Amino acid sequence: MIRLTRDQMAARVALDIPEGSYVNLGIGLPTKVANYLPQDRDIFLQSENGLLGMGPAPASGEEDWDLINAGKQAVTLLAGGSYFHHADSFAMMRGGHIDICVLGAFQVAINGDLANWHTGEADAIPAVGGAMDLAIGAKKTFVMMDLLTKQGQSKLVEHCTYPLTGLGCVSRIYTDLAIFDVGPRGAQVVEMVDDLSLDELRTLTGVPLVMTTANMAEGLPTGTTHD
Amino acid sequence: MIDKSIASAADAVADIQDGASVMIGGFGTAGMPDQLIDALIARNVNDLTIINNNAGNGETGLAALLKAGCVKKIICSFPRQSDSHHFDALYRSGQIELELVPQGNLAARIQAAGAGLGAIFTPTGYGTLLAEGKETREIEGVNYVLEYPIHADFALIKAQQGDRWGNLVYRKTARNFGPIMAMAAKTTIAQVCDIVPLGSLDPETVITPGIFVQRVVEIGGVASVAAEA
Repeated sequence: MIRLTRDQMAARVALDIPEGSYVNLGIGLPTKVANYLPQDRDIFLQSENGLLGMGPAPASGEEDWDLINAGKQAVTLLAGGSYFHHADSFAMMRGGHIDICVLGAFQVAINGDLANWHTGEADAIPAVGGAMDLAIGAKKTFVMMDLLTKQGQSKLVEHCTYPLTGLGCVSRIYTDLAIFDVGPRGAQVVEMVDDLSLDELRTLTGVPLVMTTANMAEGLPTGTTHD
Repeated sequence: MIDKSIASAADAVADIQDGASVMIGGFGTAGMPDQLIDALIARNVNDLTIINNNAGNGETGLAALLKAGCVKKIICSFPRQSDSHHFDALYRSGQIELELVPQGNLAARIQAAGAGLGAIFTPTGYGTLLAEGKETREIEGVNYVLEYPIHADFALIKAQQGDRWGNLVYRKTARNFGPIMAMAAKTTIAQVCDIVPLGSLDPETVITPGIFVQRVVEIGGVASVAAEA
């Protein structure tokens, strides 16, 4: 089966981020989306630790460790960027000022419930960071994840079995095999990779699915991975 | 003449006793007041309650305070990091209590304390493990969790410059929790790179007005350094 690479997934998410958006990209895979935002679009990246107008990583040797992102990596500030304290930063999320956040996930339910902070294992050290604030605060919460675990289990589920991050907060899921809209009406397939049928997708996920439109958008970077 | 400047970090933390609650600024190592923490470690106090976003990185600062066995409880949002081994060991052996708080709720509860609010209703965490047993309320169709302010006896923060009245400006993302912690503690102690003469800070750009700051210690240096790998 042909599936999208992580870079192709990031590029696909970037297509759906309009000019003028205030965007928070979660730690890990969502960070890659920044690499595919068109240069000619003004898009404002926010970082939870008090930064709006975040730019790319500095050249090696140019790091300033007072200027970091949520993943505690050195970053830069674009012209027009600003700094603020933590209460203001989270007011941007909770107050509905952030248009889009993109998060990773362990599981997403077809009603939009999100589980991405804790596996629930007894010996796991729990850590939540800003995940709960972002998930319920942004106007739209996108999830970016592989559809299946390494063991082949669907991460799109009828009900999350991992501890929840937020209730009904996810609107769209970008995966390596398909894009889904989720919410009160359940899961709708927005796009699928070529050579994948709706029935096959139903079998892989084991959840009720209806189709909304056509195949994956064109214009993604070339190169695919094969299972 | 009011002069809040203190000669040394050791003098600045000399009255922090066993059992004190202490907010420590910083996000990872950016904004972490490492000199004040070192001075606190040297006091050899016990049973501290620490409020910070994280639970220490590497071997210095907050991680060293934990390693020294000074801390009974930590209130934070993100204790699990690749270099948080000192916290991990204490947590797994039951030697430290953890109150895990979503990061925005942590900021809001600290801010509520500084602003004199009795409690806040926050949407963050509703329906999750971190809201279990807490009072909730639906307000105009949205569900909220009742959360209480976090006060502290002391706040240890890092700023770029200060003056003898305690006015502070910060540097880049090292600002993070400093301004709200300064408001929430009974005694706020700021480690600054320079103490400048009154009137040198542009009043339009002062981030923390001196009313929130009781002590200022000049440390020198410029920016944060990376955590030790």
